[in-house]
This record gives sequence, C-alpha cells and structure tokens, in this order.
Amino acid sequence: MTERVIYLDNAATTKMSKSAINAMLPYMDSIYGNPSSLHSVGQKANEALVNARERIAKLLGCEAREITFTSGGSEADNQAIVSAARFGKSKGKKHIISTAFEHHAVLHTLSKLEKEGFEITLLDVHENGLVTPEEVREAIRENTCLVTIMYANNEIGTIQPIKEIGDICREKGVIFHTDAVQVAGHLHIDVKEQNIDMLSLSAHKFHGPKGIGALYARKGIRLTSLIEGGAQERGKRAGTENIPAIMGMAAALEESCSRIDENAEILTALRDKLIAGLSEIPHSILNGDAKKRLPGNVNFCFEGIEGESLLLLLDDKGICVSSGSACTSGSLDPSHVLLAIGRVHDIAHGSLRLSLSDENTEEEIEYTISAVKEVVEYLRSISPIWRDLVNGKKEFIIK
Amino acid sequence: MKALIAMSGGVDSSLAAKLMKDKGFDCIGCTMKLYHNEDAGIESSRTCCSLDDVEVARSVAYKLGMPFYVFNFTDAFRDTVIRKFIESYENGITPNPCIDCNRYMKFDKLYERAKTLGCDYIVTGHYARIEEENGKFVLKKALDETKDQSYVLYSMTQDQLVHTMFPIGSMQKTEVRAIAKESGFVNADKPDSQDICFVPNGDYASVIELQTGKESAEGNFVDKQGNNLGRHKGVIHYTIGQRKGLGVSSTEPLYVCNICPKDGNVVLGSNDDLFSREADVSDFNWISGEVPGSEFRCKAKIRYRQPEQWVTVIPTGADTVHIVFDEPQRAITPGQAAVFYDGDTVLGGGTIK
Repeated sequence: MTERVIYLDNAATTKMSKSAINAMLPYMDSIYGNPSSLHSVGQKANEALVNARERIAKLLGCEAREITFTSGGSEADNQAIVSAARFGKSKGKKHIISTAFEHHAVLHTLSKLEKEGFEITLLDVHENGLVTPEEVREAIRENTCLVTIMYANNEIGTIQPIKEIGDICREKGVIFHTDAVQVAGHLHIDVKEQNIDMLSLSAHKFHGPKGIGALYARKGIRLTSLIEGGAQERGKRAGTENIPAIMGMAAALEESCSRIDENAEILTALRDKLIAGLSEIPHSILNGDAKKRLPGNVNFCFEGIEGESLLLLLDDKGICVSSGSACTSGSLDPSHVLLAIGRVHDIAHGSLRLSLSDENTEEEIEYTISAVKEVVEYLRSISPIWRDLVNGKKEFIIK
Repeated sequence: MKALIAMSGGVDSSLAAKLMKDKGFDCIGCTMKLYHNEDAGIESSRTCCSLDDVEVARSVAYKLGMPFYVFNFTDAFRDTVIRKFIESYENGITPNPCIDCNRYMKFDKLYERAKTLGCDYIVTGHYARIEEENGKFVLKKALDETKDQSYVLYSMTQDQLVHTMFPIGSMQKTEVRAIAKESGFVNADKPDSQDICFVPNGDYASVIELQTGKESAEGNFVDKQGNNLGRHKGVIHYTIGQRKGLGVSSTEPLYVCNICPKDGNVVLGSNDDLFSREADVSDFNWISGEVPGSEFRCKAKIRYRQPEQWVTVIPTGADTVHIVFDEPQRAITPGQAAVFYDGDTVLGGGTIK
C-alpha cells in the first residue's frame, strides 16, 4: 500500500475544515449547557443556537424560524416528504411527483407512502440525467400535493432546473421540496428567489461535522415531527440540540459559501481535465450531462470490468473513489441512478465516481488519470468478458 | 505472501483467517454476497450470506487486523449455481449446488478476484488437505473424518490446488472450537451450517417457484408398467429414493424410482427397484489432470454422507467414465456427484447421468 492518499470521494463525505472544528470546541468544554435550561450556562448555549440558526437562514435566503435542525440529510428528506404528504392528505391530495434517481432517503419514503395509498409519479431523467420543467408541469394534477426533485444528483452530479421547477410549482400551488445535500455550500441557493418551499441539507458534505443537517420549510408549511418527546425545534424535532455540531455546520456553511465562485472555478477546471483524461480510455462513457453538473463531480462507466475490482485496485494506489451503491452488507449493487439514465445492468456494474474538493491538485488529477488508465487496462487484460468483446463474441455496448 | 480469506462468519473460516495471519501472511478477508435474501424468501440467520454472518466475519477480520470486503457475486451465482439448480430439478435431476458453488464461485470467480488483487493464495475453512506428492498436488480427506468435505471439492484443478490453502484441514472440529474460544471469537460455539444457503428450511421447491415465478405443473404417479397411481405436485418436488410425502396409498411402501420430466410422470416402485450396480458419470474432473489409460478399481461415494464402496472405473472419454459397483447400490441419483478415492486421496469426480 502506498503512503500517499488522494481523496476523491467528497460526495460521500468531506474532511472537516479547521474553522468548523474550532467553532465546535468551545461548545464541548466551556459552553456545554442545554439550550432548554433557564440558568446562565443554558442561556449561553441557547444564544449560540439562535445565532447559528440565523446565520444558516441568511445563507439560504430564508428566515431563522424556517430552519429546523435534523440529524442530517436523510432525516430532513424524510420529514419534508412525510410532512407534505400529511398536509396533502388532509386536503384529499394524494399524488406526489419525483424522479427515479433520487437518493434512497426520498425513494424509500415515497414507497412507504405508496403502500399507504399515495400515488407516486417518477419522472424520467433521460440519458443526460436531467428532468425538464415542461415534464414537471405536465405531470402536475389537481390532486398533486408535493413535487420533490433533487437539486443535484449525488452520483452523476447533474444539476436540475430548480428555479424553473420552483416557478411552476408556485404557479400551480404545489409544495416543492428539493434535496440539496450535494449542493449546499457548493452552488448559490436562494430559496425565496428560486421558489423553493422545502430544502434538505447535510453538514458533512461541505466540510462540516457528520450527524447534523437542516430542513428549511417555508412559513405556513406545517411540519410533522418524526421524533416525539420535547419542545425543541418548535416541537417538531425532539431531543437536546447537538450544539457543537450545529456550530460546526454554521461555520462550515459560511466558509464554503464565501468561496463558492472561486472554488467552482478551481473545481470545474480540475473536473474537465479529469473528464478529458478518462475519456481517452476506449469504450468508456461519461455519465450525466457534461456541462450541467456539479463542479466537482466525475462519473464514468468502463465496459468489461467490475467496479468492485476497480475501486480496490485504485485504493491500493492510494486513490479513494466510489462505485455503485453500497447495500446493507457493504457489497456494491449496480446504482439505481445509472439504471435510471438507461445504462444496462452490466455497464452500470463498471462505474466509477470521483468527487473533488478544493484540496485536490492538478498533479493529483494527472496521477489519477494515469492510475485509472493503468488499472482499467489491467482489469480488461484478465477479464473473460473483455476477451469476448474483443474477439467479437459479444458486441460492445459502449462504442 | 498475500492471501484472500473467504469468510462466512462461521467458526471454521474465522480460525482459518487467524491461522494465516499467525503464519505471517498479508491477509484480506472477504465474504461473497451470492444472492438477495428476498429471492430466497429468507429473513432469519443460519445461512452463509445473511447480514448477521457478514457482520461477524467483518468483526473477526478487523480484530485480526485485516481489511474486509463483501464482494457482490450475485450475477455470477444466479447465472451458474441457481440456474443449474433450477434446470436440474425441472429435468428430473437432483443437483448438489454446494459443489457448483465451490466450482464456479470460490475456486473460479473468487480465485479470479484474488488474482486481480495480487493475492498468491485463496484460503477457505474447508475440512480437506492439499499436499504435494511427486511434483503433483493432491487433494486429501480431512483428518477429522466426521467433518471431511473433500467430496464437494472434487472439481479442483492443479492450478487451483497450487493456489489454495485449507488451514484447518488437519485439525479436529473440537480443536477448532477450542482455539476459537481461546482466541475470543464470538462464533466459537456457533452451530455448523446445515442447509443449502439459499434454500431456507430445506424447502427447495418454494425457492424454485419464487425464482421462476411459476408453479410447477402437476403430473401423474405411475408404476413400472405405466399404470396411473394418482396425481403429484410436479416433478421438481421429488427425488430418487423418496418415500415420504407421496400421498399414494399402497399395501407395500412405495419409493420414487424414476422421474420423467418429458411426460411429467414420476415412477414409483418398491425399495428393491432402487438398487443398481452401474452408472455413467459425466463432466468428470481428474485432479491429477491425467485420464487413466485403462480401467481400475478404487472406492467411490455417490452421496456426501455415505460409506465408500468398491467400484470398477472404466474411463470412456476425456471427462466421462462408466462405473460398476461390486455391490448393488441404493438410489444412484442423476445429478449427484460420484467421487473416487484412493485411500485418503481424491482421484476425481463427476456428475451421475
């Protein structure tokens, strides 16, 4: 194993920033109070909580009271969808629109609602990984209570036309939720300007701590609490607030947002260099639109190899990437996202996601390109499937 | 030297991992994910691919200081082992999927993965021994006769034997459990696995119906003369020699003597009708890699737990043999393996036609 580590899995999680760590420390040893306590130690913690909520709200363009802290993106997604569904049901509206390539936090919540009698429409995301505003408009019915479409996909990074969808939903009077877990701290968000009614985010995707996230819900949308037992978060999320994590999240989001344009420029250059380099590998294909994608996201399929082997051999070279989606046992299944954009099972099995951060260097990208080329070539040289493809016994799917 | 350890979460493969580590090998632990539990209708444990077992394997690997992966081989398992399992029953044949799993998964798919990862050896917790004799590698029975698994390993080739290790093949099961206990393994007292991993409770017919999405077609029980004796649930539900669950009343006990998928008939007869002395064996693997030039005598097993029987073996092709037992054998079953032994050494084996 080489000593060197090139971390290209920032869509999975990120390294915490120094400022986020420093923002947390005082709330573990000196300001350790419970924000619900009336005494001075508790008051200080409560002050911090109020302050963090205001700072985060400002970065999203909403009011502090519209922010609910959660344990992360999955909880925020669950709460948003369940709340909108319950609200819709009370008005006899039981139709929800989403897409086939949402995060499982959304998809699994939707299938649970489907069993309870809700009707779910999953929009096509096409080969480029994008939904069109027109298709959203056409799918909205009299009884639609929620449109939930992710801001940017976590695997292939495609950025959806969020403002256009928001405008349509507002016009039609339908609640619009977006899972912005991959976007917060990476692209500009303004929930008022974009007509977003609900939005989920997670701190550890923008160099904040794990186990903390937030749900923005526009005033007037009544949230259903998933956890009962206390008055915290306006009674919508019981449990003593994780103050250190909340402070870390606020600091991390502020830091990330202050550098969005600058970082996007650096990452886009690295991303496009990586895409150009990997495109030179024969019988490979970029997944997702080349332009409308997150600055740090690269996702490829290579024909004739298995993602598992690719990942382990790159790990051996010190390169941390991901492939497919991990199932409960930790093994890799072909990603539902790649199947949703029309990749066939065998091709989806040979995928690779590389997600960058501003700590990555040009030299690392060059090393990665040559390492991926080398490993793909090696795996193909020992692959019986590849042999069949080269000998013409099977036809190439990726030309 | 680098070794890939196939770990099931059971005590045998856990100890195998520890022994390799103790010998100073650079070890990687892994579990193969072979099927989706829903496809087998499984929720409980006691199967090699269940989540609890994976977690045990992972915890043992981490405690031993080795990385651990779960490899997703569901596609290959479905295309080889499960497909053959279903087709066999549909054709009136009784398969042995554990043999196929060793052949197509552990010593093919997993062995390929081991090579990909730069491993010199693949290691399992099988009770069998590999030794080098006169420049050839031989597969031998375990020293613990009650646990011997050499029968299910007959398809191994010279190349595979060179790159495989069975660290507990020379140990007694009691010894394995004792060392596991001493080493603090949580699975030291875990019961041995019994069933086919993807067939919970032994109800293989339900798994086939779940997989194929169709109920097996009913047919007739007939006697040797072709007289109708009643209706049966479908050919996949029966195996040669079966007596229980036939639902046909008769003055003397009736047994399944033949299964004819073409006309859907299941032939019933007496216990005596089940005895025969000869069989053809196909898809035969000679472990030495060399086909004997002439007929010879040795001992053979035609099912896993059966005393060995004297047999005359007549090679009829590169991978086919004809066998004649000294004594008539009960229920020589198409699809099961015939494995030949010379003392402790496995000569080879194949599928009874």
